[in-house]
Amino acid sequence: MSSLTSEELRELFRYLVLSRGLEERLEHLLKQGQVVGDLYDGRGQEAAVVGSAFALEEGDWLAPSLREMGALLTRGLDPRLLLLQYLARDGSPSAGRDRAHHLTIPHLGLLGPIGPLGAHLCVLNGVALAFRMRGERRVCLTYLGDGASRTGAAHEGLNLAAVQRLPLVVILIHNRWAFGTRSDQQAAVADWIDVAAAYGVPAASVDGNDVLQVYDETRRAVDRARRGEGVTLIVAETYRMQGHAQHDSQEYVPAEELHEWRARDPIDLFERYLIDSGFESRPSLAVVKEAVRRELAAAAEEALSAPMPEPEGARFRTVEGEDIPVPWTRREAVYEDVGQPAMRP
Amino acid sequence: MNDSKVDLVVQNRSPEDQEAQRGTKETTYLEAIREAMWEEMTTDPTVFLLGEDVGTYGGAFKITEGFLDEFGPERIIDTPISEAAIVGAAIGAAHMGFKPIAEMQFIDFIAPAFDMIVNFAAKVRYRTGVGAPLVIRGPCGGGAHAGPFHSQNVESYFANVAGLKMVAPATARDAKGLLRAAIRDPDPVLYFEHKYLYRRIKEELPIDEEIIVPLGVARTHRPGSDLTIVTYGAMVYKAEEAASRISEQDGAELEILDLRTLRPLDTSTIVESVKRTGRVLIVHEAPRFGGFAGEIASQICEEAFEWLDAPIRRVTALDTPVPFSPPLEEYYLPQTADIVDAARWMLAY
Repeated sequence: MSSLTSEELRELFRYLVLSRGLEERLEHLLKQGQVVGDLYDGRGQEAAVVGSAFALEEGDWLAPSLREMGALLTRGLDPRLLLLQYLARDGSPSAGRDRAHHLTIPHLGLLGPIGPLGAHLCVLNGVALAFRMRGERRVCLTYLGDGASRTGAAHEGLNLAAVQRLPLVVILIHNRWAFGTRSDQQAAVADWIDVAAAYGVPAASVDGNDVLQVYDETRRAVDRARRGEGVTLIVAETYRMQGHAQHDSQEYVPAEELHEWRARDPIDLFERYLIDSGFESRPSLAVVKEAVRRELAAAAEEALSAPMPEPEGARFRTVEGEDIPVPWTRREAVYEDVGQPAMRP
Repeated sequence: MNDSKVDLVVQNRSPEDQEAQRGTKETTYLEAIREAMWEEMTTDPTVFLLGEDVGTYGGAFKITEGFLDEFGPERIIDTPISEAAIVGAAIGAAHMGFKPIAEMQFIDFIAPAFDMIVNFAAKVRYRTGVGAPLVIRGPCGGGAHAGPFHSQNVESYFANVAGLKMVAPATARDAKGLLRAAIRDPDPVLYFEHKYLYRRIKEELPIDEEIIVPLGVARTHRPGSDLTIVTYGAMVYKAEEAASRISEQDGAELEILDLRTLRPLDTSTIVESVKRTGRVLIVHEAPRFGGFAGEIASQICEEAFEWLDAPIRRVTALDTPVPFSPPLEEYYLPQTADIVDAARWMLAY
């Protein structure tokens, strides 16, 4: 039994539905040719993501990996901004210079990952070091898939965090697939919780499709970190329900496994729990879903009406109203566009 | 080291004290690096240092000896042997308003941090608008018979990455002044300190003056009118030997430009000098193919081709790894005689 109030339970449900709804909408926008690139989505993993992000406090920092849109929304990121990012529009947080969820937004405590996953853990350690140097009791939380957790950066980052006893919680999303490679080809551990032993950090394993179990375990880890007791690794057992991205029809994934996990959809499970335990009724949850649907429809419409960026914007980065030439120096900016060669007098 | 600490604490001194201490102090290139970090850490609580063996041991070259006692383990962090984690943590702290100095024990060991530097640090301001004001510094260069993995010059590995600044001081004054400027800079700076110069370069540096050398400005090491040598780092001294020899034996005067900063490159100073002398020889210690000289030569061709009286030439290391055995290494590295030969060929052209 979770310690959450009925208002908090409803909020948790709303974030799950918001995350699912936004990714469904992005899939449609991709098929309509509006999303630039592809969609690497986390549908089916929302409980592991939203439940853990919900355990943070204001002022804490979070770094997503590849499939954690639900965490960004839970931390307060406006879905309109994510839509603008995916549509590569002007007015998106990166002003069209980077894709999707690669966002660093300090006032929301969001640190964006880069393409090579695992690197974000190393950088988040620096945020945690800054908290410590300032004497602030703030916590960092990040995600690694079973694939990303096998990178050198992830090992180095987790190890440094462990020896420095940084206030960090790592959610290892064991979703069985990293692109086309099964997790038993990523690590030779019988149980993924065993990887924690190498770093000397406490670990827990949770049903990643049970949002309350994820929340409760993360909350304990966050509290430990805030007390100065260091890093915790939480393995969230779940399943990647889509291909690596929309281009991937995942024929290599056994149909019976997908079938088995589809029956354990995290939103359906939580909805049933809320109704069975008397917190909500089917109509009250329908109201939440409808409100989310309308919010996302309006957000998508707004994003679709935003202009594409001006091409020459590629040369500059506007920071706090100042256009800074790439690579950031007036002296070198002089060198751009030589034009006709000078002639000797 | 405690004696020098007293000298370095510049604030809270009475005018009488300042008068009494006015003057200069013999300072090695290594001490200049040490003093720059010490002074910045003393005056700015957001500056901190992390790296391998920088604390308890005081750094592999003893540059940070005494720092742990003075600044404590939160600001002098002994890390695991994990260059990616070192640079990554520096980036994150820089996002939060700190000014980290990440030490690579040898600059060759920057390779394991390559992703952090080129994909994270260099791109983050462009991508997100959030800057990463960090310094990554470490000993570069050959001449110490340290073999392929403790002797490299890595500037060209990073030259093609927008968003990085790169510094390579030749003098103690610049070692100090450029490091202070690098620490204060709002973007990631790679600071290449030449280990051959650590204890060989000694200069009288003023005690009271706050030495800061702005990034992006080259220095005329030796004025001349007949040929310009563009160089940086330890090669400044080989160029100087060559210029002296040619002045004595040939009566020609070579101008030496010490770039000091490789990125942003001070193109206007190079072009101005080339337009005066009409001949340019580029000297660097890194291998030739894809080396920094190629970029400099291209810029000169674009901006001053009409003023050239001879082809641009390069004197560089061989296109091989840095060999270990002293005669092999000497053969590999650019030598004074190579610079003299190239300059004479150009002067006769």
